Amino acid sequence: MGKVLVGNHIRKLRFNHDEMTQQQLADKAGVTRQTIVALEKGNYSPSLELAFRIAHAFDLPLEEVFFYGENAEER
Amino acid sequence: MTYQEKKSIVTLISTILISAVYCLYKYPAYPNEVVESKVTFHYWGSFVLVLILVSIAANIVINIIFNIVFRITTGEKEPAFADEMDQRIGLLAFRNSFAVFVIGFLLAMGSLVIDLPLKVMFIILIFSGFLSDITGSISRLYHYRKGV
Repeated sequence: MGKVLVGNHIRKLRFNHDEMTQQQLADKAGVTRQTIVALEKGNYSPSLELAFRIAHAFDLPLEEVFFYGENAEER
Repeated sequence: MTYQEKKSIVTLISTILISAVYCLYKYPAYPNEVVESKVTFHYWGSFVLVLILVSIAANIVINIIFNIVFRITTGEKEPAFADEMDQRIGLLAFRNSFAVFVIGFLLAMGSLVIDLPLKVMFIILIFSGFLSDITGSISRLYHYRKGV
């Protein structure tokens, strides 16, 4: 696959939000748990709409959940 | 391994098994003695139609059994809907599978152009249908494992 350029802090944020489970976040964002798993692994770049829904689930602005740049999965 | 990955593997295996068993079952009924007559067309027509019906029915049954086994073994429920990632992977898998079928279709038409027997055309068409199904399952599995 091409290098994932959109990275995220979902795993860390879930931990900071009372150890929210992947399923709870998936329910809030309206996706399946497998999509959250793929996002955390850096295997999937979400649509803009999903990115906003996830940011809303954490009550944070988009840029505090997602970031853009080379080697995004390594940050 | 996620639900979708397991499901792709089950679909892949079931497609191979269903096609193999069906072809072995239908092969002895091929009308060898009549060359390219109505009987031959009837044979190939029924071959394709029955294969489609059998595949649909078998896939429904296998899907139900798979979901039951998945629930029992993992204690998890299968996803109730297809989200944007599922839809995107579905589209990619469909694109690959469609490309394979179109290549098969062109080869089948080519076989008519170079005056090969009708039997060859039907075999290429059916085989490309089988390959396109396999390609779809493998593409799905690949994207669920490696990402999109």
